[in-house]
Amino acid sequence: MLTFIIRRTLWTVVVMFVITVVVFFIFFKTPGVDPARALAGRNPSPQTLAEVRAQLGLNRPLVVQYGLMMKRIFITRNLVSYSDQGQLVIPEIFAAAPATLSLVFGAAIIWIVMAIVMGVAAARLRGRIYDPILMILALIGLSAPVFWIGQVANLITQGGLHNSVFSWVPPLGYTSFTVSPLHWFTGLVFPWITLSILYIGFYARVLRANLLEIQTEDYVRTARAKGLSEQRVLLRHTLRTSMITFVSLFGLDFGALVGGGAILTEVVFGIHGVGFLTWQALQNLDLPTIMAVVIYGAFFIVLMNALVDIAYAWLDPRVRPA
Amino acid sequence: MAAVAEQVTSTGLRSASAGRNPWALAWRRLRRNRLALAALGLFLLLIVVCAAAPLYAHDVAHDGNVLGPNLNGTTIVHGKVVPVMQEGGGLLKLGETPIGPTWNLHHYFLGADNIGRDVAALLLYGGRASLQIGICSALLCCIVATIVALIAGFFGGLADAILSRLMDVIWAFPVYLLAISLATELLTHSNGIQIGFLHVSATSLWTPTVIIAFIYVPYVYRPVRGQVLSVAGKEFVEAAIAQGASNYRLIFSEILPNVVSTVIVLLPLMIATTILTESALSYLSVGVQPPNVSWGTIISDGQDLLYTRPWVSLAPGIMIVLTVLALNVLGDGVRDALDPRAKLRVR
Repeated sequence: MLTFIIRRTLWTVVVMFVITVVVFFIFFKTPGVDPARALAGRNPSPQTLAEVRAQLGLNRPLVVQYGLMMKRIFITRNLVSYSDQGQLVIPEIFAAAPATLSLVFGAAIIWIVMAIVMGVAAARLRGRIYDPILMILALIGLSAPVFWIGQVANLITQGGLHNSVFSWVPPLGYTSFTVSPLHWFTGLVFPWITLSILYIGFYARVLRANLLEIQTEDYVRTARAKGLSEQRVLLRHTLRTSMITFVSLFGLDFGALVGGGAILTEVVFGIHGVGFLTWQALQNLDLPTIMAVVIYGAFFIVLMNALVDIAYAWLDPRVRPA
Repeated sequence: MAAVAEQVTSTGLRSASAGRNPWALAWRRLRRNRLALAALGLFLLLIVVCAAAPLYAHDVAHDGNVLGPNLNGTTIVHGKVVPVMQEGGGLLKLGETPIGPTWNLHHYFLGADNIGRDVAALLLYGGRASLQIGICSALLCCIVATIVALIAGFFGGLADAILSRLMDVIWAFPVYLLAISLATELLTHSNGIQIGFLHVSATSLWTPTVIIAFIYVPYVYRPVRGQVLSVAGKEFVEAAIAQGASNYRLIFSEILPNVVSTVIVLLPLMIATTILTESALSYLSVGVQPPNVSWGTIISDGQDLLYTRPWVSLAPGIMIVLTVLALNVLGDGVRDALDPRAKLRVR
């Protein structure tokens, strides 16, 4: 197990290194691109261009340029946004993180509960009309673009019904928990639901298929044969086994959402998290911000993947390499 | 075709199927699945309707150009001539509001967007772009992934190690952020990119197509490589090696036909994914660029009109849901038909 952890950690470090190199090349070394021009925003003055060139050390060797960039991102953390001179990118990302985490955590709770309910219900009601109905609902959830669901939610809660049924929904935006827990909650209810719909659909389908597969296993038949109640078989034997798949999937999706996957939900609801920051940077082609978000997001995902793999190996010794 | 034939016997169709082509058997199974057939029909119908966009546009065009602005134009509602951009919309009576749905197929059926274009016609043109990008990038992705998987799985060793690690790195990136990085980089080339003799302009539909195809390669590569590895170890491949078959023949005549079914199972689900990704990128303004439109860009434009003219956003969203739902249902059907015991699942 220790060998596995060490090996996995080493691989994680390698992947992180390669990611920084790839991102560096995408943003600075694409043939035909002058990074100084790209970084200086639209229509820069010659003076700004010269300044940017000197700042980036573009006359230095490639390795030094890469090193300088990484130093700016990780050590001195003084990478400067070019759409808003004087705005430091890294502190900005960390300031936006709580909003993203609030959004993703809340949605995760909703999707885990709902997916288990739907998946178990569909598996238990197999052969009756409810199973296909639940699965079609799950499929519709999988098929709708999340930003469009967000628009529909906004249309309902902020449009005509805003003065009656949905008067408790605050205007679009994010209120910090420390400012007002109530507004934090009411403002996030619809973003949570919107973000979780896709995952409810996906997880419910996976869980149902998994449960049906496990039900044919010998140990489930044995459990039934020794007279355990249906409920006990479900909770202690089938559901428990499918939780291994469920948990590992969850780790990956959670990582992907925090690492930038929530951008669409954040944009449509105006939640000023990391994704919204990226989107604003996109509008101004503010490359330092985009680059920093991509690197930090990718790191978070790589880290989550490593944790999931290690947890998986710990739970299920069969996947550990000899 | 040993692998496929094996599955066929396991489904108890042996007596009926003696001597039949496995593809014919799969098609027969798919034909029995009414839901999947309906989904296929819906998808083909959407393609045909969107491909016929110029026919409809010809009917509703203003100044012979459907995709250009029409800020001063007029249209006919209940026999009366009214301006497309109406004065004094909203509570403040400021600015102009585009005309809402007239529900008349010849005159702004779904209303106009913020520069006076016919939303119904945009919907068809947008569908062309969305479907073209979705289908092309899914095909491109599957072809590239299959080639890489064949090389990695067949030759193994160093080739496999390098290619698989490379795929792991792409896999590690956040999907949307990788696409956004590539797209911003390509879009800042205002003159487009030159790859050898190929010239792709920044506003071309091929820019998002290539980006989307690239980011999903590892998602197809992994299952296909697994299949290549399992097929390469089968007896019929050993028999071919014993007969002195060349690598070329082993890859293309022995292994490829047995992994094609895996790719075909993934294809409809990949198209669904790529269409959703295209709409997301376009919504974030890094996908399809003006003057082209796609369902994603219409939804993005419709955001500003959400409370006054909701149909501008609602209609393309409904189209996306219909298309992707049809593809997902079809994908399930194809999977059941080709590979009744498969455990492949793609979001």
